Amino acid sequence: MQYGGKIITGLIIFLGLLCVPLLFNTASTGNAAYKQPKLELPKDEKKCIESTEFMRREHMQLLNDWRDWALRDGQRTYVNAEGKPFSISLQNTCMKCHAKKAEFCDKCHNDAAVSPYCWDCHIQPEGLSNEKK
Amino acid sequence: MKKSRRNFLKFAGLSAATLCFSPAAGALAAGHGTPHPKPNADQLKAKRWAMVVDTRKLNTDEAIAPLVKACHSIHNVPDIPGNKNIKWLWAGSYEETFPEQPNNFPSEDLERRRFILLCNHCDQPPCVRVCPTKATFQRPDGIVAMDYHRCIGCRYCMAGCPYGSRSFNWGEPRDNLDLKALNKEFPTRMRGVVEKCNFCVERLAQGKLPACVEASNGALTFGDLSDPDSEVRKVLKENYTIRRKPALGTQPSVYYII
Repeated sequence: MQYGGKIITGLIIFLGLLCVPLLFNTASTGNAAYKQPKLELPKDEKKCIESTEFMRREHMQLLNDWRDWALRDGQRTYVNAEGKPFSISLQNTCMKCHAKKAEFCDKCHNDAAVSPYCWDCHIQPEGLSNEKK
Repeated sequence: MKKSRRNFLKFAGLSAATLCFSPAAGALAAGHGTPHPKPNADQLKAKRWAMVVDTRKLNTDEAIAPLVKACHSIHNVPDIPGNKNIKWLWAGSYEETFPEQPNNFPSEDLERRRFILLCNHCDQPPCVRVCPTKATFQRPDGIVAMDYHRCIGCRYCMAGCPYGSRSFNWGEPRDNLDLKALNKEFPTRMRGVVEKCNFCVERLAQGKLPACVEASNGALTFGDLSDPDSEVRKVLKENYTIRRKPALGTQPSVYYII
């Protein structure tokens, strides 16, 4: 190899630069692995309408179904897997238990860098303030 | 077991029967466990909702104002000064209400009367025909409803509606709402969607009459037009009523007693 030394040195420097963000992440947090955000769970209610795993994985699909059932089909009662009925409403059912949007919805959504537009129209349980525009 | 022809046929028959019945049995067993939606138990039901306005009782701006307030406060409808206002319920003169039935010498009483105006929830709604996204649609009970999630703000429905019942959110409606006094049980709208009266579907689903009817002290009657014994049909039978712009064939569900 004619410029072997230079090429290998260059490659090592390149790889080093490539790894800087990863190393930096490890150094600053002490743990490179993603940490699940701590959500504030309702105090007086132990069980959500479906299992935690289901809600974690499927809540967006469920909310989509809820919207269509309530609005389009006029079916505003949801019967869950255990046969228990719930009123289909984001503001009046979900957010009555999860009474702090900032401590529940926002935590994961911010971490995952998603911004659902629910709250453009729906009113968060904390209420709205006239200053924030 | 002896391998006889008789035994083979028995076994085959039994297997076929099991195959036939197992899906039904499975469905029966799963019926309880599958999450599903159903209508509210206490909802009010009708084949076609309709309203009758008694303009002999309800005919001044002062009398109409509390009804408008009741509607607009529970539905978080903003009051915007100027020509960008949002209205679900409002008032108009005889000429504005019935432009197809003009009279050059109307009675003084009729000339002074103010008429409450709202979405007519037409049987043949032009707004539903023109909506490109099906954001506005007709429910089986005749209510012309809107899905604000799907509205793209093209305003075809506003061009289609001959009654001016639809309003466009030119700006963020929350900028003109008293955010401390919002009804937290109902959403607001956002910039760029069209909105209108929804005949209080959310209240009907809870077994309550529309807010304006409740606030009207009997001047508004609400009920099922398809039921000959209903309150609205009784009122229609006993009084002379007209509807707005009948020549268009939209078949409004709002009737006015003159």
